[in-house]
Amino acid sequence: MLLEKLQSAVGPGVIQPDGNETFVLNLGPQHPATHGVLRVKLTMDGEYILRAEPVPGYIHRMQEKMGENRSWSKYLPNTSRIDYLSAMAYTHAYVLVVERAAGLEVPPRAEYLRVITSELNRISSHLVWFGAFLLDLGGFTPLLYAFDDREKILDLLESVTGSRLTYCYYRFGGLCNDVDDAFVTGVRDFVAYMRPRLDMYRQLVTNNIILRKRLEGIGRIDAELCRKYGATGPVVRGAGVPNDVRRVEPYSVYPQLDFKIPVYPECDCMARYLVRMDEMEQSLRIVDQALAQLPEGPVMGKVPRVVKVPAGDYYHAVEAARGRFAIRIVSDGKEIPYRLKLRTPSFSNLSLFEEASRGMMLPDALALMGSLDLVIPDIDR
Amino acid sequence: MTLPEPFRLLAYLAGVMAFVGVNAAYLVWVERKGAARFQRRPGPTEVGPAGLLQPLADAAKLLSKQLLVPPDADRALFRIAPVLVMAPALMCLATIPFGKTLGARSLDLGLVMVFAFGSINVMAIMLGGWASRNKYAIISAARIVSQNVAYEIPMLLVVITLVMVTGTTNLQEIVEAQAGGFWKWNVFNLAANPLMPVTFVIFFICMLAETNRAPFDMAEAESELVAGAFTEYAGMGFGVFFMAEYANILVGCSLGAILFLGGWQSPFGIFSGVGWFLLKLYALVFTVVWVRWTFPRTQFYGLLNLSWKILIPVSLGTLVLTCVMLKIF
Repeated sequence: MLLEKLQSAVGPGVIQPDGNETFVLNLGPQHPATHGVLRVKLTMDGEYILRAEPVPGYIHRMQEKMGENRSWSKYLPNTSRIDYLSAMAYTHAYVLVVERAAGLEVPPRAEYLRVITSELNRISSHLVWFGAFLLDLGGFTPLLYAFDDREKILDLLESVTGSRLTYCYYRFGGLCNDVDDAFVTGVRDFVAYMRPRLDMYRQLVTNNIILRKRLEGIGRIDAELCRKYGATGPVVRGAGVPNDVRRVEPYSVYPQLDFKIPVYPECDCMARYLVRMDEMEQSLRIVDQALAQLPEGPVMGKVPRVVKVPAGDYYHAVEAARGRFAIRIVSDGKEIPYRLKLRTPSFSNLSLFEEASRGMMLPDALALMGSLDLVIPDIDR
Repeated sequence: MTLPEPFRLLAYLAGVMAFVGVNAAYLVWVERKGAARFQRRPGPTEVGPAGLLQPLADAAKLLSKQLLVPPDADRALFRIAPVLVMAPALMCLATIPFGKTLGARSLDLGLVMVFAFGSINVMAIMLGGWASRNKYAIISAARIVSQNVAYEIPMLLVVITLVMVTGTTNLQEIVEAQAGGFWKWNVFNLAANPLMPVTFVIFFICMLAETNRAPFDMAEAESELVAGAFTEYAGMGFGVFFMAEYANILVGCSLGAILFLGGWQSPFGIFSGVGWFLLKLYALVFTVVWVRWTFPRTQFYGLLNLSWKILIPVSLGTLVLTCVMLKIF
């Protein structure tokens, strides 16, 4: 009787050819490990995952459609709300594509400041990932340390942009306001502060035996799988492919800066973890150099009162914290875009989860999901 | 002063329950404050000085909540499971000698009794998970059973080693045998077993696993199984599980202090008393808290591998070694 009652509660199971019975486990939309409203329908055999079917769309906000019914500049604040953790890079992509389309000139100081703020934003995004990933693995304490560091970045960015998370700092042709000396010294202090912190994380967290056992050899995503699903960013670099938009399709002032693209060929969760940890270090290097080279001058170019985009089809990609983010706009010469298409990295990175998680145990699959660094609004748009 | 028998029983019953109640409440406070300090934040500060009244506020909140039983759940088992977790912990504490004359019962089979009742705890959490009819709870229940079966074995092997050294299962006598300075404690009893510190570490690891504490908290791995076996429990049902967790930690750490660290014996051979026992007990409890907030969680199979491939062979080895040493010397 107990068994029947149990079966009635967990739903009809499916008898596999080998006689084992499977059940469906709904991971989400409210689950501590999905960090948002992502739902994954898992078909399980005991603790083994036979099939994982992601069900996105719980916070679909029609970001693309919104772009198609407002003027070019009114869409600027939207871009920072797609991936709220790397708002700067997303706004960067949008201003770059419109500048390319409308043929606007950007003063060098503005481009340098864009790079500095984008890279600071990348560090803060990776710090959130670092904390949340460790939380997924059951380590609580690193989250608080990471948020402590992130707080310093948020304070710095707040002092120039006025907001702490969903920045709207970039404008077509420049920036909305220049930075002051306090910001420059603040960023210098932060770089000096953050380097020893990264060393500390390496000793405290990366070299922890339990962490290594949980990540090494777990969650294999190879280059072929990335190619199949269009995975980018740290996921593809953790599969040994040195693909970084900043290097392969250089934009802004990145060609003038010296930085490495961290690549690890192991294809496991540890490789993706190490790529992000190294990226924080490289971002610090970029910020350091950009500050040293920061030219004087205006931060806003000559821009007409109403930006007009000539008819045509335009595309621009940037390297956001989660991978390649690209905007394609189609203009028919009117005041609003004819079509605005977003290519978000989290969506592609989630797509490979089904294939990569097949046959894994639940805790390992959650480690894999954490290593993809998903941001749910970025998937659902 | 010795009370006549029925009153003595009642006094100890009340004493043990009060000890567990106060400790469960204030260990939560210690855990929250400790975690906060490890994470460089203040922790509870609002209710009372330094948040000292926070446990009372939490208890009041839990008590005022409705006791929800999921419609598909097995009502009787669902309700009885929290009680079944709590009761064995209280029973175990009845055999723990706090001081030379301070202990509810001095049983000749005290150690055996602690382990006999200790294993009911597993059954009760499994029942709670099973009766909830929740998929996460059932996965958690299955994990708990295999985890506890795996860790009971090295734990008992370690205890057998200890019993061979001390020659008794009476906890009172085990402590008496360790009198006279810290070098007499079992953990430093290298003549009987040169690997005694290793044995102590194995005991401590097994204790963490048996009480479902991080890094072995497979049962309530909140990032995987939401709240594991306790997912469907609301209000005081959850509260009792929570208290039982701390009661079990108390039992485990008391045993550690008694078996290895000389119970109430002072490290210098003089001024022995209940204070030393509590000091050792809370030092171990603090270590448990410390470990939890420092390490990430292990994988489930990693946990079983650790037990079957490392802990059991090593504890068997120390057992054989102790046999040989006792025979030779």
